Amino acid sequence: MTIPEINNQSYTYRPGELLPELEGHISRGRFERVLRNGDFAVTAELAPPDSTDRNEVFEQAALFDGFVDAINATDGSGANCHMSSVVVCALLSYIGYSPIMQISCRDKNRIAIQGDLLGAGALSICNVLALTGDDVSVGDHPEAKRVFDLDSISLITLINKIRDEGSFLSGRKITNPPQMFVGTSINPFVPPVESRILQLEKKINAGADFIQTQYCFDMPMLKDFMSKTVDKGLTEKAFFLPGVGTLASVKTARWIKNNVPGVHIPDSIFKRLEGADDQKKEGQKICAELMQQVKEIEGVSGVHIMAYKQEECVAQMVKDSGVLGDRKPWAPKDEY
Amino acid sequence: MYRARLFASRHARAYEVIYNATSPVILSTLRVINKITKGKLDRPITWSEKIIKGFLFDCQMCGNCVLSSTGMACPMNCPKTLRNGPCGGVRENGNCEVKPEMKCVWVEAWSGSAKMKDNLAIQEIQFAVNHSHRGSSAWIRLAKENKQIT
Repeated sequence: MTIPEINNQSYTYRPGELLPELEGHISRGRFERVLRNGDFAVTAELAPPDSTDRNEVFEQAALFDGFVDAINATDGSGANCHMSSVVVCALLSYIGYSPIMQISCRDKNRIAIQGDLLGAGALSICNVLALTGDDVSVGDHPEAKRVFDLDSISLITLINKIRDEGSFLSGRKITNPPQMFVGTSINPFVPPVESRILQLEKKINAGADFIQTQYCFDMPMLKDFMSKTVDKGLTEKAFFLPGVGTLASVKTARWIKNNVPGVHIPDSIFKRLEGADDQKKEGQKICAELMQQVKEIEGVSGVHIMAYKQEECVAQMVKDSGVLGDRKPWAPKDEY
Repeated sequence: MYRARLFASRHARAYEVIYNATSPVILSTLRVINKITKGKLDRPITWSEKIIKGFLFDCQMCGNCVLSSTGMACPMNCPKTLRNGPCGGVRENGNCEVKPEMKCVWVEAWSGSAKMKDNLAIQEIQFAVNHSHRGSSAWIRLAKENKQIT
Protein backbone atom coordinates (compact mmCIF):
# COMPACT_ATOMS: atom_id res chain seq x y z
CA MET A 1 0.00 0.00 0.00
CA THR A 2 1.32 3.42 -0.85
CA ILE A 3 0.62 6.46 1.25
CA PRO A 4 -0.75 9.22 -0.99
CA GLU A 5 1.32 12.36 -1.26
CA ILE A 6 -0.27 15.48 0.02
CA ASN A 7 -1.24 17.45 -3.05
CA ASN A 8 -1.95 20.88 -1.69
CA GLN A 9 0.86 22.97 -3.12
CA SER A 10 0.47 25.87 -0.72
CA TYR A 11 1.53 23.82 2.31
CA THR A 12 4.53 21.79 3.16
CA TYR A 13 3.67 18.64 5.03
CA ARG A 14 5.84 18.44 8.11
CA PRO A 15 5.28 17.53 11.72
CA GLY A 16 4.24 20.45 13.87
CA GLU A 17 7.14 21.67 15.92
CA LEU A 18 6.90 22.60 19.56
CA LEU A 19 8.03 26.03 20.63
CA PRO A 20 10.91 26.26 23.12
CA GLU A 21 9.95 25.80 26.76
CA LEU A 22 9.16 28.99 28.65
CA GLU A 23 9.12 29.48 32.38
CA GLY A 24 5.61 29.65 33.83
CA HIS A 25 4.12 28.12 30.70
CA ILE A 26 2.37 24.78 30.78
CA SER A 27 2.48 23.89 27.11
CA ARG A 28 4.86 24.59 24.28
CA GLY A 29 2.11 25.84 22.00
CA ARG A 30 1.39 29.23 20.50
CA PHE A 31 -2.11 29.66 21.91
CA GLU A 32 -0.93 29.77 25.53
CA ARG A 33 1.74 32.30 24.57
CA VAL A 34 -0.77 34.67 23.02
CA LEU A 35 -2.86 34.54 26.20
CA ARG A 36 0.06 34.89 28.63
CA ASN A 37 1.38 37.75 26.55
CA GLY A 38 -1.83 39.60 27.40
CA ASP A 39 -3.00 39.80 23.79
CA PHE A 40 -6.70 39.53 23.03
CA ALA A 41 -6.92 36.01 21.58
CA VAL A 42 -9.32 34.86 18.90
CA THR A 43 -10.27 31.21 18.55
CA ALA A 44 -12.64 29.71 16.01
CA GLU A 45 -14.42 26.44 15.63
CA LEU A 46 -13.70 24.20 12.65
CA ALA A 47 -16.35 21.72 11.61
CA PRO A 48 -14.59 18.40 10.87
CA PRO A 49 -15.63 17.14 7.42
CA ASP A 50 -17.76 14.13 6.52
CA SER A 51 -15.03 12.99 4.21
CA THR A 52 -11.58 11.44 4.08
CA ASP A 53 -10.23 14.35 2.06
CA ARG A 54 -7.77 16.19 4.29
CA ASN A 55 -7.81 19.16 1.93
CA GLU A 56 -11.29 19.89 3.22
CA VAL A 57 -9.71 20.41 6.64
CA PHE A 58 -6.92 22.58 5.22
CA GLU A 59 -9.30 24.67 3.13
CA GLN A 60 -11.50 25.40 6.12
CA ALA A 61 -8.52 26.25 8.32
CA ALA A 62 -7.13 28.56 5.64
CA LEU A 63 -10.30 30.66 5.89
CA PHE A 64 -9.10 31.74 9.34
CA ASP A 65 -5.53 32.59 8.30
CA GLY A 66 -4.29 35.77 9.89
CA PHE A 67 -7.39 36.29 12.02
CA VAL A 68 -7.47 33.37 14.42
CA ASP A 69 -4.94 32.24 17.03
CA ALA A 70 -6.19 28.74 17.67
CA ILE A 71 -8.64 26.41 15.96
CA ASN A 72 -11.06 24.18 17.86
CA ALA A 73 -11.73 20.81 16.27
CA THR A 74 -15.09 19.61 17.52
CA ASP A 75 -15.51 16.04 18.72
CA GLY A 76 -18.73 14.70 17.24
CA SER A 77 -20.54 17.96 17.90
CA GLY A 78 -24.25 17.65 18.45
CA ALA A 79 -23.65 13.89 18.75
CA ASN A 80 -23.27 13.64 14.97
CA CYS A 81 -20.55 11.65 13.22
CA HIS A 82 -17.68 13.57 11.61
CA MET A 83 -13.94 13.12 11.14
CA SER A 84 -12.32 12.54 14.54
CA SER A 85 -11.01 15.56 16.44
CA VAL A 86 -7.65 13.87 17.10
CA VAL A 87 -7.02 13.47 13.39
CA VAL A 88 -8.23 16.96 12.45
CA CYS A 89 -5.86 18.37 15.09
CA ALA A 90 -3.02 16.19 13.83
CA LEU A 91 -3.53 17.55 10.31
CA LEU A 92 -3.67 21.13 11.58
CA SER A 93 -0.65 20.65 13.78
CA TYR A 94 1.38 19.33 10.83
CA ILE A 95 0.80 22.61 9.01
CA GLY A 96 1.82 24.55 12.08
CA TYR A 97 -1.57 25.76 13.31
CA SER A 98 -2.38 25.77 16.99
CA PRO A 99 -5.29 23.34 17.33
CA ILE A 100 -7.52 22.88 20.36
CA MET A 101 -8.58 19.25 20.54
CA GLN A 102 -12.07 18.91 21.92
CA ILE A 103 -12.71 15.74 23.91
CA SER A 104 -16.26 14.77 24.62
CA CYS A 105 -16.94 12.28 27.42
CA ARG A 106 -19.87 10.86 25.50
CA ASP A 107 -17.99 8.48 23.20
CA LYS A 108 -14.85 7.28 24.97
CA ASN A 109 -13.96 5.74 28.29
CA ARG A 110 -10.89 6.56 30.38
CA ILE A 111 -8.72 4.02 28.57
CA ALA A 112 -9.44 5.47 25.11
CA ILE A 113 -9.09 9.07 26.30
CA GLN A 114 -5.69 8.51 27.91
CA GLY A 115 -4.49 6.83 24.73
CA ASP A 116 -5.71 9.78 22.66
CA LEU A 117 -3.93 12.23 24.94
CA LEU A 118 -0.61 10.48 24.46
CA GLY A 119 -1.17 10.32 20.72
CA ALA A 120 -2.06 14.01 20.66
CA GLY A 121 1.12 14.82 22.55
CA ALA A 122 3.14 12.88 19.99
CA LEU A 123 1.60 15.04 17.26
CA SER A 124 2.50 18.31 19.03
CA ILE A 125 -1.11 19.05 19.91
CA CYS A 126 -0.81 21.34 22.92
CA ASN A 127 -4.38 22.30 23.79
CA VAL A 128 -7.37 20.24 24.80
CA LEU A 129 -10.91 21.23 25.66
CA ALA A 130 -12.65 18.91 28.13
CA LEU A 131 -16.37 18.65 27.47
CA THR A 132 -19.25 16.56 28.73
CA GLY A 133 -20.71 16.33 25.23
CA ASP A 134 -24.21 16.54 23.83
CA ASP A 135 -26.37 13.52 24.49
CA VAL A 136 -26.65 10.83 21.82
CA SER A 137 -30.39 11.47 21.64
CA VAL A 138 -29.88 14.85 19.91
CA GLY A 139 -27.62 13.49 17.17
CA ASP A 140 -27.92 11.35 14.08
CA HIS A 141 -27.28 8.08 15.95
CA PRO A 142 -29.79 8.20 18.81
CA GLU A 143 -29.55 4.42 19.12
CA ALA A 144 -25.86 4.59 20.16
CA LYS A 145 -24.64 3.66 23.64
CA ARG A 146 -23.74 6.57 25.89
CA VAL A 147 -20.34 6.21 27.48
CA PHE A 148 -19.92 9.08 29.95
CA ASP A 149 -17.35 7.07 31.89
CA LEU A 150 -15.93 10.45 32.97
CA ASP A 151 -17.55 13.84 33.29
CA SER A 152 -15.83 17.06 32.25
CA ILE A 153 -14.42 17.71 35.75
CA SER A 154 -13.06 14.17 36.06
CA LEU A 155 -11.55 14.62 32.60
CA ILE A 156 -9.81 17.86 33.63
CA THR A 157 -8.52 16.07 36.75
CA LEU A 158 -7.26 13.21 34.59
CA ILE A 159 -5.41 15.46 32.12
CA ASN A 160 -3.79 17.33 35.00
CA LYS A 161 -2.74 14.08 36.65
CA ILE A 162 -1.14 12.77 33.47
CA ARG A 163 0.65 16.08 32.97
CA ASP A 164 1.79 16.76 36.51
CA GLU A 165 2.37 13.27 37.89
CA GLY A 166 3.52 11.70 34.63
CA SER A 167 1.40 8.61 35.10
CA PHE A 168 -1.83 7.02 33.95
CA LEU A 169 -4.78 6.89 36.34
CA SER A 170 -3.59 3.42 37.30
CA GLY A 171 -0.33 4.91 38.51
CA ARG A 172 1.71 3.31 35.71
CA LYS A 173 4.46 5.69 34.60
CA ILE A 174 4.45 7.59 31.31
CA THR A 175 7.99 8.31 30.14
CA ASN A 176 7.16 11.50 28.26
CA PRO A 177 3.79 12.84 29.46
CA PRO A 178 1.82 15.26 27.24
CA GLN A 179 2.11 18.87 28.40
CA MET A 180 -1.45 19.95 27.68
CA PHE A 181 -2.97 23.39 28.16
CA VAL A 182 -6.40 22.39 29.43
CA GLY A 183 -9.60 24.18 28.69
CA THR A 184 -13.22 23.55 29.41
CA SER A 185 -16.54 25.19 28.71
CA ILE A 186 -19.18 26.82 30.82
CA ASN A 187 -22.67 27.87 29.91
CA PRO A 188 -23.40 31.08 31.88
CA PHE A 189 -27.07 31.03 30.90
CA VAL A 190 -28.53 27.80 32.20
CA PRO A 191 -30.61 27.78 35.36
CA PRO A 192 -30.06 28.15 38.24
CA VAL A 193 -27.70 30.96 37.22
CA GLU A 194 -26.25 31.33 40.76
CA SER A 195 -24.89 27.81 40.63
CA ARG A 196 -23.03 28.49 37.38
CA ILE A 197 -20.34 30.40 39.24
CA LEU A 198 -19.94 27.50 41.68
CA GLN A 199 -19.72 25.09 38.76
CA LEU A 200 -17.09 27.28 37.11
CA GLU A 201 -15.12 27.48 40.35
CA LYS A 202 -15.18 23.71 40.61
CA LYS A 203 -13.87 23.36 37.05
CA ILE A 204 -11.05 25.81 37.71
CA ASN A 205 -10.18 24.07 40.99
CA ALA A 206 -10.00 20.82 39.03
CA GLY A 207 -7.27 22.46 36.94
CA ALA A 208 -8.81 24.21 33.93
CA ASP A 209 -6.41 26.77 32.41
CA PHE A 210 -8.81 28.39 29.97
CA ILE A 211 -12.57 28.61 29.51
CA GLN A 212 -14.50 28.86 26.25
CA THR A 213 -18.18 29.48 26.84
CA GLN A 214 -21.34 28.45 25.06
CA TYR A 215 -22.85 31.05 22.64
CA CYS A 216 -23.30 34.42 24.38
CA PHE A 217 -26.03 36.54 22.80
CA ASP A 218 -27.18 38.18 26.02
CA MET A 219 -24.46 40.69 26.88
CA PRO A 220 -25.98 42.05 30.12
CA MET A 221 -26.19 38.50 31.46
CA LEU A 222 -22.63 37.76 30.40
CA LYS A 223 -21.38 40.98 32.01
CA ASP A 224 -23.09 40.05 35.25
CA PHE A 225 -21.58 36.56 35.11
CA MET A 226 -18.10 37.93 34.38
CA SER A 227 -18.24 40.47 37.19
CA LYS A 228 -19.04 37.66 39.65
CA THR A 229 -16.16 35.67 38.14
CA VAL A 230 -13.78 38.59 38.65
CA ASP A 231 -15.04 39.08 42.23
CA LYS A 232 -14.29 35.45 43.02
CA GLY A 233 -10.75 35.86 41.68
CA LEU A 234 -11.33 33.20 39.04
CA THR A 235 -10.01 35.33 36.18
CA GLU A 236 -6.63 35.24 37.94
CA LYS A 237 -6.58 31.46 37.65
CA ALA A 238 -7.91 30.90 34.12
CA PHE A 239 -8.26 32.71 30.80
CA PHE A 240 -11.80 33.50 29.65
CA LEU A 241 -12.92 33.40 26.03
CA PRO A 242 -16.68 33.97 25.77
CA GLY A 243 -18.25 32.30 22.78
CA VAL A 244 -20.00 34.25 20.05
CA GLY A 245 -21.83 33.07 17.00
CA THR A 246 -23.53 34.24 13.90
CA LEU A 247 -27.17 33.58 13.07
CA ALA A 248 -27.98 33.22 9.38
CA SER A 249 -31.67 34.13 9.73
CA VAL A 250 -34.55 34.43 12.18
CA LYS A 251 -35.49 30.89 11.19
CA THR A 252 -32.04 29.57 12.16
CA ALA A 253 -32.15 31.52 15.41
CA ARG A 254 -35.51 30.02 16.27
CA TRP A 255 -34.30 26.55 15.36
CA ILE A 256 -31.20 26.92 17.55
CA LYS A 257 -33.25 28.25 20.44
CA ASN A 258 -35.62 25.28 20.24
CA ASN A 259 -33.23 22.49 19.31
CA VAL A 260 -29.73 23.21 20.58
CA PRO A 261 -29.60 22.52 24.31
CA GLY A 262 -28.59 25.45 26.50
CA VAL A 263 -28.50 28.26 23.93
CA HIS A 264 -30.10 31.44 25.18
CA ILE A 265 -31.03 34.05 22.54
CA PRO A 266 -32.73 37.20 23.84
CA ASP A 267 -35.73 38.76 22.06
CA SER A 268 -33.72 41.84 21.07
CA ILE A 269 -31.62 39.69 18.69
CA PHE A 270 -34.76 38.25 17.09
CA LYS A 271 -36.14 41.76 16.59
CA ARG A 272 -32.95 42.96 14.94
CA LEU A 273 -32.87 40.01 12.57
CA GLU A 274 -36.55 40.36 11.71
CA GLY A 275 -36.18 44.04 10.89
CA ALA A 276 -33.18 43.55 8.60
CA ASP A 277 -33.30 43.42 4.79
CA ASP A 278 -30.41 40.99 4.64
CA GLN A 279 -30.71 38.78 7.70
CA LYS A 280 -27.45 36.94 7.06
CA LYS A 281 -25.49 40.22 6.88
CA GLU A 282 -27.26 41.47 9.99
CA GLY A 283 -26.35 38.25 11.82
CA GLN A 284 -22.69 38.83 10.99
CA LYS A 285 -22.93 42.46 12.02
CA ILE A 286 -24.41 41.39 15.36
CA CYS A 287 -21.58 38.88 15.80
CA ALA A 288 -18.89 41.52 15.15
CA GLU A 289 -20.60 43.86 17.63
CA LEU A 290 -20.76 41.08 20.21
CA MET A 291 -17.00 40.59 19.82
CA GLN A 292 -16.41 44.28 20.48
CA GLN A 293 -18.63 44.17 23.55
CA VAL A 294 -16.94 41.01 24.82
CA LYS A 295 -13.55 42.71 24.55
CA GLU A 296 -14.72 45.55 26.78
CA ILE A 297 -15.70 43.23 29.63
CA GLU A 298 -13.31 43.04 32.56
CA GLY A 299 -11.58 39.70 33.00
CA VAL A 300 -11.97 38.57 29.39
CA SER A 301 -8.85 37.34 27.55
CA GLY A 302 -10.28 36.64 24.14
CA VAL A 303 -13.23 35.52 22.12
CA HIS A 304 -14.30 32.16 20.72
CA ILE A 305 -16.19 32.17 17.41
CA MET A 306 -18.60 29.42 16.51
CA ALA A 307 -19.76 30.16 12.96
CA TYR A 308 -21.12 26.79 11.91
CA LYS A 309 -21.52 26.64 8.11
CA GLN A 310 -20.44 30.29 7.91
CA GLU A 311 -16.73 29.72 8.48
CA GLU A 312 -15.94 31.79 5.39
CA CYS A 313 -17.27 34.87 7.17
CA VAL A 314 -15.11 34.60 10.29
CA ALA A 315 -12.14 36.57 8.96
CA GLN A 316 -14.34 39.44 7.79
CA MET A 317 -16.21 39.58 11.10
CA VAL A 318 -12.98 39.68 13.10
CA LYS A 319 -11.71 42.41 10.77
CA ASP A 320 -14.93 44.44 11.11
CA SER A 321 -14.88 44.12 14.89
CA GLY A 322 -11.31 45.41 15.12
CA VAL A 323 -10.70 43.32 18.25
CA LEU A 324 -7.22 42.30 17.11
CA GLY A 325 -6.02 45.89 16.75
CA ASP A 326 -2.78 45.87 14.78
CA ARG A 327 -1.93 42.31 15.69
CA LYS A 328 -1.96 39.62 13.02
CA PRO A 329 -2.19 36.04 14.31
CA TRP A 330 0.22 33.49 12.89
CA ALA A 331 -0.66 32.05 9.50
CA PRO A 332 1.17 29.35 7.51
CA LYS A 333 1.54 31.59 4.46
CA ASP A 334 3.76 33.94 6.46
CA GLU A 335 6.25 31.13 6.97
CA TYR A 336 6.77 29.91 3.46
CA MET B 1 -39.43 6.53 42.73
CA TYR B 2 -39.34 9.94 41.12
CA ARG B 3 -41.62 11.61 43.67
CA ALA B 4 -39.80 10.21 46.69
CA ARG B 5 -36.55 11.38 45.13
CA LEU B 6 -37.81 14.95 44.64
CA PHE B 7 -39.08 14.85 48.24
CA ALA B 8 -35.58 13.87 49.44
CA SER B 9 -33.81 16.83 47.85
CA ARG B 10 -36.60 19.17 48.93
CA HIS B 11 -36.16 17.99 52.52
CA ALA B 12 -32.42 17.55 52.29
CA ARG B 13 -31.79 19.14 55.69
CA ALA B 14 -34.09 16.66 57.51
CA TYR B 15 -32.54 13.77 55.57
CA GLU B 16 -29.11 15.03 56.53
CA VAL B 17 -30.03 14.98 60.24
CA ILE B 18 -31.47 11.46 59.96
CA TYR B 19 -28.47 10.31 57.92
CA ASN B 20 -25.93 11.69 60.35
CA ALA B 21 -27.77 10.09 63.26
CA THR B 22 -28.32 6.68 61.70
CA SER B 23 -25.22 6.10 59.60
CA PRO B 24 -22.83 5.36 62.51
CA VAL B 25 -25.42 2.92 63.90
CA ILE B 26 -25.91 1.21 60.52
CA LEU B 27 -22.18 0.95 59.96
CA SER B 28 -21.30 -0.43 63.38
CA THR B 29 -24.15 -2.93 63.13
CA LEU B 30 -22.85 -4.02 59.74
CA ARG B 31 -19.34 -4.33 61.15
CA VAL B 32 -20.61 -6.63 63.91
CA ILE B 33 -22.69 -8.68 61.45
CA ASN B 34 -19.72 -8.96 59.15
CA LYS B 35 -17.49 -10.15 61.98
CA ILE B 36 -19.97 -12.83 63.05
CA THR B 37 -21.19 -14.05 59.67
CA LYS B 38 -17.95 -13.44 57.73
CA GLY B 39 -19.79 -11.91 54.78
CA LYS B 40 -22.49 -14.57 54.51
CA LEU B 41 -25.21 -11.95 54.79
CA ASP B 42 -23.73 -9.64 52.14
CA ARG B 43 -26.38 -10.54 49.59
CA PRO B 44 -29.45 -9.82 51.72
CA ILE B 45 -27.80 -6.62 53.02
CA THR B 46 -27.09 -5.47 49.47
CA TRP B 47 -30.64 -6.39 48.56
CA SER B 48 -32.10 -4.30 51.43
CA GLU B 49 -29.86 -1.36 50.55
CA LYS B 50 -31.17 -1.57 47.02
CA ILE B 51 -34.80 -1.61 48.19
CA ILE B 52 -34.43 1.20 50.76
CA LYS B 53 -32.24 3.56 48.74
CA GLY B 54 -34.06 2.62 45.57
CA PHE B 55 -37.34 3.78 47.07
CA LEU B 56 -35.98 6.91 48.76
CA PHE B 57 -33.51 8.18 46.13
CA ASP B 58 -34.01 6.12 42.95
CA CYS B 59 -30.61 4.63 43.85
CA GLN B 60 -28.94 2.92 40.89
CA MET B 61 -26.53 0.88 43.05
CA CYS B 62 -23.38 2.38 41.56
CA GLY B 63 -21.57 1.34 44.75
CA ASN B 64 -19.91 4.79 45.00
CA CYS B 65 -22.56 6.60 47.05
CA VAL B 66 -22.16 10.39 47.31
CA LEU B 67 -25.73 11.32 48.28
CA SER B 68 -24.82 13.59 51.19
CA SER B 69 -22.44 15.56 48.94
CA THR B 70 -25.06 16.04 46.26
CA GLY B 71 -27.95 17.53 48.18
CA MET B 72 -29.55 14.08 48.61
CA ALA B 73 -30.11 13.85 44.83
CA CYS B 74 -28.57 10.71 43.33
CA PRO B 75 -26.35 11.84 40.39
CA MET B 76 -26.66 8.42 38.75
CA ASN B 77 -30.19 9.44 37.71
CA CYS B 78 -28.64 12.01 35.38
CA PRO B 79 -28.80 10.42 31.89
CA LYS B 80 -25.13 11.36 31.49
CA THR B 81 -24.37 10.15 35.06
CA LEU B 82 -22.52 13.41 35.76
CA ARG B 83 -20.99 13.50 39.24
CA ASN B 84 -19.79 17.10 39.48
CA GLY B 85 -22.60 19.35 38.39
CA PRO B 86 -24.94 19.78 35.45
CA CYS B 87 -24.07 19.79 31.76
CA GLY B 88 -24.66 22.89 29.65
CA GLY B 89 -27.96 21.60 28.35
CA VAL B 90 -30.29 22.33 31.28
CA ARG B 91 -33.59 23.68 29.91
CA GLU B 92 -34.89 27.12 30.80
CA ASN B 93 -37.47 25.54 33.14
CA GLY B 94 -34.69 23.65 34.94
CA ASN B 95 -35.54 20.33 33.35
CA CYS B 96 -33.24 17.77 31.76
CA GLU B 97 -32.00 18.08 28.18
CA VAL B 98 -32.40 14.36 27.56
CA LYS B 99 -35.60 13.73 29.52
CA PRO B 100 -37.64 16.93 29.18
CA GLU B 101 -40.25 15.74 31.69
CA MET B 102 -37.65 15.24 34.44
CA LYS B 103 -36.17 17.94 36.67
CA CYS B 104 -32.39 18.18 36.13
CA VAL B 105 -30.77 16.07 38.84
CA TRP B 106 -28.22 18.82 39.44
CA VAL B 107 -30.84 21.53 39.76
CA GLU B 108 -32.32 19.32 42.52
CA ALA B 109 -28.87 18.70 43.96
CA TRP B 110 -27.94 22.38 44.19
CA SER B 111 -31.20 23.31 45.86
CA GLY B 112 -30.97 20.34 48.23
CA SER B 113 -27.39 21.17 49.11
CA ALA B 114 -28.26 24.81 49.85
CA LYS B 115 -30.65 23.58 52.56
CA MET B 116 -28.07 21.36 54.20
CA LYS B 117 -25.75 22.25 57.03
CA ASP B 118 -22.78 20.88 55.15
CA ASN B 119 -23.54 22.88 52.03
CA LEU B 120 -19.93 22.97 50.85
CA ALA B 121 -19.65 19.24 50.24
CA ILE B 122 -21.14 19.71 46.77
CA GLN B 123 -18.05 21.73 45.80
CA GLU B 124 -15.72 18.79 46.40
CA ILE B 125 -14.48 17.19 43.20
CA GLN B 126 -15.83 13.67 42.79
CA PHE B 127 -13.65 11.66 40.50
CA ALA B 128 -15.40 9.31 38.08
CA VAL B 129 -17.25 6.27 39.37
CA ASN B 130 -15.31 3.09 40.03
CA HIS B 131 -17.37 0.80 37.84
CA SER B 132 -15.99 -2.34 39.46
CA HIS B 133 -18.19 -1.48 42.48
CA ARG B 134 -21.35 -1.43 40.40
CA GLY B 135 -24.22 -3.42 41.96
CA SER B 136 -22.38 -3.84 45.24
CA SER B 137 -23.35 -2.38 48.59
CA ALA B 138 -21.73 0.93 49.43
CA TRP B 139 -22.68 0.33 53.08
CA ILE B 140 -20.82 -2.99 53.32
CA ARG B 141 -17.77 -1.54 51.59
CA LEU B 142 -17.64 1.42 53.96
CA ALA B 143 -18.17 -0.83 56.97
CA LYS B 144 -15.30 -3.06 55.85
CA GLU B 145 -13.08 -0.09 55.11
CA ASN B 146 -14.00 1.41 58.48
CA LYS B 147 -15.16 4.66 56.92
CA GLN B 148 -18.15 6.91 57.42
CA ILE B 149 -21.10 6.94 55.04
CA THR B 150 -20.60 9.89 52.76
